[in-house]
Amino acid sequence: MLRIKNLVVDHGAIRALHGISISIEKGQLAAVIGANGAGKTTLLRTLSGLNKASDGSATWGDHNILHSKPESLVRHGISHVSEGKSVIPELTVSENLDLGALWRRNRKEAAKSKQDVVDLFPRLGERLSQRADSLSGGERQMLAIGRSMMAKPQLLLLDEPSLGLAPLVVEQIFQSIRDLTNALGLTVVLVEQNAMGALKIADIGIVLNLGSIAATGSAAALRDDPAVRAAYLGF
Amino acid sequence: MFEFVNTLLIGITAGSIYSLMAIAIVLVWRSTRVINFATGGLALASTFVGASILEKTGSFWIALPVAMLAGAAFSAFIEYFFLRPLLKRSGEKNQEIFLAIIATLGLLGIIKAILKFIYGDEIGSLPPPLSDKGFIVSGESIALSPLRLMILGIVLLLMIVLTFIFQRTNLGLSLRAASFAPEISRLSGIRVDLIRTAGWAIAGAAGATAGVLQTTNGSGSVSPDSFEFTLLFVFGFVAAVIGGIESLIGAVVGSLTLGVILAIILMYLGSSLVFFAAFVILILVLLLRPSGIIGVKGGRRA
Repeated sequence: MLRIKNLVVDHGAIRALHGISISIEKGQLAAVIGANGAGKTTLLRTLSGLNKASDGSATWGDHNILHSKPESLVRHGISHVSEGKSVIPELTVSENLDLGALWRRNRKEAAKSKQDVVDLFPRLGERLSQRADSLSGGERQMLAIGRSMMAKPQLLLLDEPSLGLAPLVVEQIFQSIRDLTNALGLTVVLVEQNAMGALKIADIGIVLNLGSIAATGSAAALRDDPAVRAAYLGF
Repeated sequence: MFEFVNTLLIGITAGSIYSLMAIAIVLVWRSTRVINFATGGLALASTFVGASILEKTGSFWIALPVAMLAGAAFSAFIEYFFLRPLLKRSGEKNQEIFLAIIATLGLLGIIKAILKFIYGDEIGSLPPPLSDKGFIVSGESIALSPLRLMILGIVLLLMIVLTFIFQRTNLGLSLRAASFAPEISRLSGIRVDLIRTAGWAIAGAAGATAGVLQTTNGSGSVSPDSFEFTLLFVFGFVAAVIGGIESLIGAVVGSLTLGVILAIILMYLGSSLVFFAAFVILILVLLLRPSGIIGVKGGRRA
């Protein structure tokens, strides 16, 4: 399980996270919602090793994940899809996918992961030799998730996969995330502005406000919580 | 007509050597966002290594690969012990990149001082391994000699090897990904620091080859304060900028273009204008096509 205790993160003089504690069970999909500047992205970037924590602890299983580099955390099953369709536009679809598994020694299994991704997102399979900048927004998000799946992760950190996508595409992407979680027994931390959409597919929800936890509980309970509805769901 | 063809041949040979220097500059720029002004100095040091190997073994074909390995090692050393700590401390912010660039200038001075200290007024000797007498075509000697053919062959071979590495290997994919998007690469598990060092090593080998070939193609000898290597760096840099500074293919096209233009100027206008002309071309490209002659609009290419 993912266990975060009193996590404090600073950006220079500004404190982004004020000692938050979260526990997420294995196989759970957790939605982290909240307004801009609430610290959602900072949380993910700290968990994947891109940002440094000032205090507190975070463990995945029995592995301490603070003070590690992203490239080594990937090797421990933690994969982070960063904000805004994180693909490399200059590379082909196929190269973007391969990139995610270059570190894996077992090339046969890596090839199998690629086949799995193509099976999951057939549209990527049709476009393997195209440059990634020729893809639509939704396809790029599929590619970004596909690339992270190439690492055969156990903990998936997703930063705003719905950003800039049409509502119908958002629904598809969310559905794929839910399906992946169930099929592979993944643990997922999903950071979202689209609070309603995220809480619909999540098991638990965490509401961040100005770097602290404002509310937490089962996703269904949060969806029905009047305070959360008023502040984050808009009705 | 005959004279013009000869001029073209001279220009293409010179340009092919510049292209290796330009590739060295582009590779470092793409991986670290630094123009390494010590590129020429590293090539000079590697050429000295090549010259001493040639003196010991008598074989150019041992000297060249050893010089390339030395160039790769020097370059990787500098990236690892010099640029990496410097950039890490300054956090890779824009204004601090200038610090790194100025630091490479300082490094150039240090390399030259070390060479001067080791070699003093001695010169390294790299005579042509093959005849530089032009082939005879219908009774006249043309500007294509066995030596020039060898140079073109070596450059072509290296281009094929580089293309293969960049397009077909995992190292190449890592190098491209790390230069386009270091953060996404790290999140994908690429050890970007290590890959960056590898990029510098390849650049060092390319620069070393440029230095050795330039020396055998030119005077056949090299001194610690060689002006020829300053020129080689300047031409390589101008060629890289003509090619759009981001692109390896651009670097080659830019170098051949520059080589031919400079050869034409040398043949028809005189040698005093060559250096001047290189800078005029640089300024014109920067003013008129800052993305380079084959720079792609809004995009970077492998």
